[in-house]
Amino acid sequence: MNATNATNAMKTTTRKRSNAPIFWALFGAGGMLSALFGPMLVFITGIAVPLGVVLPKDTMSYPHMLAFAQNLIGKGFIFAIIALFLWHAAHRIFHSLHDIGIHAGTGAKLLCYGLAMVGTVIAAYALLAIGF
Amino acid sequence: MNKRRPYVRSMDGWWRKNPFFVEYMIHEGTALFVAAYAGILLNGLVHLSQGEAAWNVWLLGLKSSWYIGFHVLTLIALGYHTYTWFKIMPRTMPPVVVGGQRLSAWAITGSGLAVAAAAMAALLGLVWGMAR
Amino acid sequence: MSDNQKVIEIEVLRYHPEKDKEPHKQVFEVPFTDDMSVLQGVQYIKDYLDGSLSFRWSCRMAICGSCGMMINGEPSLSCQTFLRDYYPARVRVEALSHFPIERDLVINMEGFMEKLESIQPYIIPKEPRTLQEGEYLQTPEQLNEYEQFSSCINCLLCYAACPQFGLNSSFIGPAATALLHRYNVDSRDGGKAERMELINSEEGVFNCTAVGYCSEVCPKHVDPANAVNQNKTISAADYFLRFLTPKGGAK
Repeated sequence: MNATNATNAMKTTTRKRSNAPIFWALFGAGGMLSALFGPMLVFITGIAVPLGVVLPKDTMSYPHMLAFAQNLIGKGFIFAIIALFLWHAAHRIFHSLHDIGIHAGTGAKLLCYGLAMVGTVIAAYALLAIGF
Repeated sequence: MNKRRPYVRSMDGWWRKNPFFVEYMIHEGTALFVAAYAGILLNGLVHLSQGEAAWNVWLLGLKSSWYIGFHVLTLIALGYHTYTWFKIMPRTMPPVVVGGQRLSAWAITGSGLAVAAAAMAALLGLVWGMAR
Repeated sequence: MSDNQKVIEIEVLRYHPEKDKEPHKQVFEVPFTDDMSVLQGVQYIKDYLDGSLSFRWSCRMAICGSCGMMINGEPSLSCQTFLRDYYPARVRVEALSHFPIERDLVINMEGFMEKLESIQPYIIPKEPRTLQEGEYLQTPEQLNEYEQFSSCINCLLCYAACPQFGLNSSFIGPAATALLHRYNVDSRDGGKAERMELINSEEGVFNCTAVGYCSEVCPKHVDPANAVNQNKTISAADYFLRFLTPKGGAK
């Protein structure tokens, strides 16, 4: 009896379902991917290859990278890394803006997630342009 | 007349007031580096789709000391992201029960970091193998 | 009192709504012994120095959850925090962060009481049983599922530790979510679908950014951050899978 009354009381306040799970899932996937591979990727593309240390000098030569980007698995890896890193960062930065007191709401949301979306589309377009 | 006048304190600068929050803002801040790195990779991908000459321009650009320096900072930031990602994991995942005992926080963080280390070693090995 | 009586400075954030525009600091010199808690220090002030000082307390043994205060900026139960650990420095005492100050160290907790009510913190039986049918049985494993989350004493230290609650007071917050989870994972309970509506809502768990400080300050090791974050996973799974399940899952 009591439980039913309380239930009815709760039902009268309509609550809006949050659409955060979409962004949260992308944030989590990107966060996990960057936690697992991020530091090594940065080391390879940003330090080892440019300085010519550890890895062979032609590791990221045009033929090598073209072949990698034309391979289906390579394509998927590149897309996942770029897109999910962007969505991960966008979600965190959006919340950090809120944290430091910039409650721009829709504006901040559009800017953060919008940039991630634009980056995702560019990555997809470039990968398709590279061909199979 | 009602004398109640609850006073609401300002949240301005809350994250500077406690070392725990300062650390939180630093690990959230790693997202800026994740975003920048994704941007660099995206730029590279676009260059790759534009042919060999364009790709080589991007590749040469990576050798500038500004880029190397930035990538060293990014490596540190992403390394810290990896550490904090698994550090918070015992709080974010459902309890894992092994042999009737709940896995300790230390064991969860430790396994996460071990998996990340293995993933990164595998990535380096794979890149090295493909480039050889 | 002997000549070598130790005296500690206690700085209290005062606020009397009938005369103060905003809170202000007041320092008291309190003689103390090593066995005295911060609560006892504050009680000394009220008994001997300034009777107008207001604060909540009851059990003095970390079970009633009444005496939470910010002590040197950290949410703490003042009954289990000791003056000797701060001496010879001054100790700062303030009402719990993120709540409106009603008077001195007393916070306004009406918002929390509403949240507590909204989670339906009682077992909604899966199958009603008559007295003759006997008690609801539960295995030790089933007890393990929720026992930790049932240790909450509603002291609100976790809310004072949660910047997301501070930034948005409509967020259901750590303790209420931990208690909600405690009932949702109880094998005798059947109210999960109703409670998930709150979890899934804009006031729900996705306000949390996994700061984790709530669990650090919890005096009962409830780990509310874990309850909140487990429910993110549960809520997200329902968000994506609700179209696949024939009944539509939770609303």
